[in-house]
Amino acid sequence: MAYSDKVLEHFKNPRNVGTMDKSDKNVGTGLVGAPECGDVMRLQIQVDPETNTIVDAKFKTFGCGSAIASSSLATEWLKGKSVDEALTIDNMDIVEELALPPVKIHCSVLAEDAIRSAIADYQQKNGMKVTSNAEKAH
Amino acid sequence: MAQNTRRVYLDNNSTTPTDPRVVEAMLPYFYQMPGNAASRNHPFGWEAEEGVDYAREQIASLIKVDPKEIIFTSGATESDNLAIKGVFEMYRSKGNHIITVKTEHKAVLDTCHKLEKMGAEVTYLDVAADGLIDLAALEAAIKPSTILVSVMWANNETGVIQPMKAIGDICARHGVLFMSDATQAVGKIPVSPKETGVHLMAFTSHKMYGPKGVGALYVSRKAPRVKVTAQMDGGGHERGMRSGTLNVPGIVGFGKAAEIAGKEMAQDAERLSKLRDKLEAAFLANLEEVYVNGNRENRMPHVTNISFKHVEGEGLMMTFNQNIALSSGSACTSASLEPSYVLVALGLGDDLAHSSLRFSLGRFTAEEDIDYVIEKVASGVNHMRDLSPIWEMYKEGIDLNSVTWQEH
Repeated sequence: MAYSDKVLEHFKNPRNVGTMDKSDKNVGTGLVGAPECGDVMRLQIQVDPETNTIVDAKFKTFGCGSAIASSSLATEWLKGKSVDEALTIDNMDIVEELALPPVKIHCSVLAEDAIRSAIADYQQKNGMKVTSNAEKAH
Repeated sequence: MAQNTRRVYLDNNSTTPTDPRVVEAMLPYFYQMPGNAASRNHPFGWEAEEGVDYAREQIASLIKVDPKEIIFTSGATESDNLAIKGVFEMYRSKGNHIITVKTEHKAVLDTCHKLEKMGAEVTYLDVAADGLIDLAALEAAIKPSTILVSVMWANNETGVIQPMKAIGDICARHGVLFMSDATQAVGKIPVSPKETGVHLMAFTSHKMYGPKGVGALYVSRKAPRVKVTAQMDGGGHERGMRSGTLNVPGIVGFGKAAEIAGKEMAQDAERLSKLRDKLEAAFLANLEEVYVNGNRENRMPHVTNISFKHVEGEGLMMTFNQNIALSSGSACTSASLEPSYVLVALGLGDDLAHSSLRFSLGRFTAEEDIDYVIEKVASGVNHMRDLSPIWEMYKEGIDLNSVTWQEH
């Protein structure tokens, strides 16, 4: 299977790889997937509580090229967005942007789950109402 | 980068390059000698038949059987189908039970699944962590209705070689036919079905430096005389067991490949096992959490299957697949999203199966290739571990089994 140029580009130059302090109140961490399934994504956001804006995002992913590209793209899209805007990111947007084939759609689903999970973690930590529905049906 | 033009092929268990000496032997049979080997009334047919007969002798000589016991087919998949379905149909009145192994190739497993729908009862034996079957379990599985035991000679993913002679003895003791898919073994290690007690054996040209599209089924003619029901109807070629015009250039090439293998197998095996051991030793010495899958003593000389823990196989391959050809047991290389059933049958967790790479060396692998692969794969593993959250967790001392994962 050939990968799209965009997947290859993100794979070769992954954006925002790294680790934030997950005990920081302003950091939300989402860890989704399982080693047994061949994909684990950890996505972290740092939120400015004044503006409710995501000022930084980092990821680490265990997975195939499409999973790494999906999470790399997600961090790029998250930076500068408000938490509410971030929740509008749909996995199909990622599929479209990266031209993922049907067999790799689950990678985009995982990335969307990681975003929602990170936001939920941030909201929970700060005693806010959790607005991301982590149970979103696929 | 100049290095981008470099290409190293370590996927010889998928297919081997055709040896130039084989290509040379084939060429006259495309144009100068274009006849149909079944044409009995003109020199074109005679020449073609001579070419086929000679190839049959070359192949028979490699595996020490009578040339009449070689049935040409389109490849090992067809040979597996013909052997198993053909035996089931021919010996149905004697019983309907077949014994095989969970780590067999799909050409055997899916054939057995098909026969189950047609009234066969199939036992799929487990393997131990090293990939070997339990001989006592095999013997215990044999019952009066058992007509066939099918065990592959060497596994395509791990290179693990089953105790063939011991299995042959068990089958002989119980009067059960013994079939083997020897696709990965013939031409690479000495294989003698007669000395081993194998009555039917499938193998193919393109795994031993011959062309694709031609294979063979050995069918014992004496003690016991085995018959298989043809699975294709037509002109009655190959003693009625496999109709269809013979692929003369392919068969000639297969024969030449067998002849070369007979002469060079021992030196190839010795050289490749040293390179394979060098590759393995380098990864084990330079990287943490590296696991060699399958029995390392009873193993093909040119194969190693290695799991690089906390790195996903397909992603890892992407770091070097412009330059190095390998296979992975990762789910992501298949459409099924399931990791290698062979590695799972060895008891590897799905996580280690997802992290596996298969290196299969070949006649044209040079030592510089191995040095290059060691460097590129090790740096790929390190790069992917830097990206891996579970590697980070492992390094922090977190027990990954204690984590509640959000599975999909």
